Amino acid sequence: MTVADALLLGLGAVAVGAGALVVTTAHLVRAGLYLVVCLGAVAGLYLVLTAELVAWVQVLIYVGAVVVLLLFAVMLTRAPIGASADLDRPGLPALLVGGGASLGLAALLVDAYRWSSVPAPAPGTAEVLGAQLFRSWVLPFEVLSVLLLAALVGAIIVSRPDIGGGGR
Amino acid sequence: MHPVIPYVTAAFLFGLGGYGVLRRRNAILLLMAVELMLNAVNLVLVTADSTVRAALPPAAEAYTGQVFVLFVIVLAAAEVGVGLAIILQLYRVRATVAVDEVPLERDVPPGRPAEPDRAEVV
Repeated sequence: MTVADALLLGLGAVAVGAGALVVTTAHLVRAGLYLVVCLGAVAGLYLVLTAELVAWVQVLIYVGAVVVLLLFAVMLTRAPIGASADLDRPGLPALLVGGGASLGLAALLVDAYRWSSVPAPAPGTAEVLGAQLFRSWVLPFEVLSVLLLAALVGAIIVSRPDIGGGGR
Repeated sequence: MHPVIPYVTAAFLFGLGGYGVLRRRNAILLLMAVELMLNAVNLVLVTADSTVRAALPPAAEAYTGQVFVLFVIVLAAAEVGVGLAIILQLYRVRATVAVDEVPLERDVPPGRPAEPDRAEVV
């Protein structure tokens, strides 16, 4: 049990606990804020796993942009401030599927890895990751930029009734 | 470093996300649950990348897992952008974001108000 293990355990517990609160809380805004805690803990896990650039990208894009967008949508749909009573559907199928997925995957991974230990890998700096990205993955990177543009244009057209959403 | 710890964390996060997708009625909470599932997959990719780099001799294909995680994060950002545009349009037309009240068939069943004229909604 090293320091890295203790950090992984603690951050993992925070991530799973905050994730459980995201899917169970009755407050819409609090769900968004618990999501911030969960994504931040996952970014900490990335740091412990020596994925430095990925951790900061996670903080910037997920915590910085995605959660802000979600909270924006919560406010634009005039969500109530307090607890809402009608957020949930019947829970038994969801509990079966979610519990089955988590327990099944956990059993699979525990069986695959047991309590094996690996030495800490070399730190993955932004330099080596960038070199790998622009050496082997340039084409997907460019395709992804086109996809982002398409998503942007699509979002604009969907949300503006005068140029697309209202046309029948 | 025991790789089983982040792997099991990712498994539980994925299960929580699946639970949230099936359990929630509010479309925004549904998107949040989808984000949890995407994060679980990202965590598996990063852990596999670190484990492989630590256990195997250095190869030219190292860091592929982290590159994939960057791609998935960008895809998730695009997904949230388009998804929120659709949710806001749904709210504008139907005045609700409950996913089980969205009529999937084209003709509106009786007893439910027909789709309001867009001119009076906008």
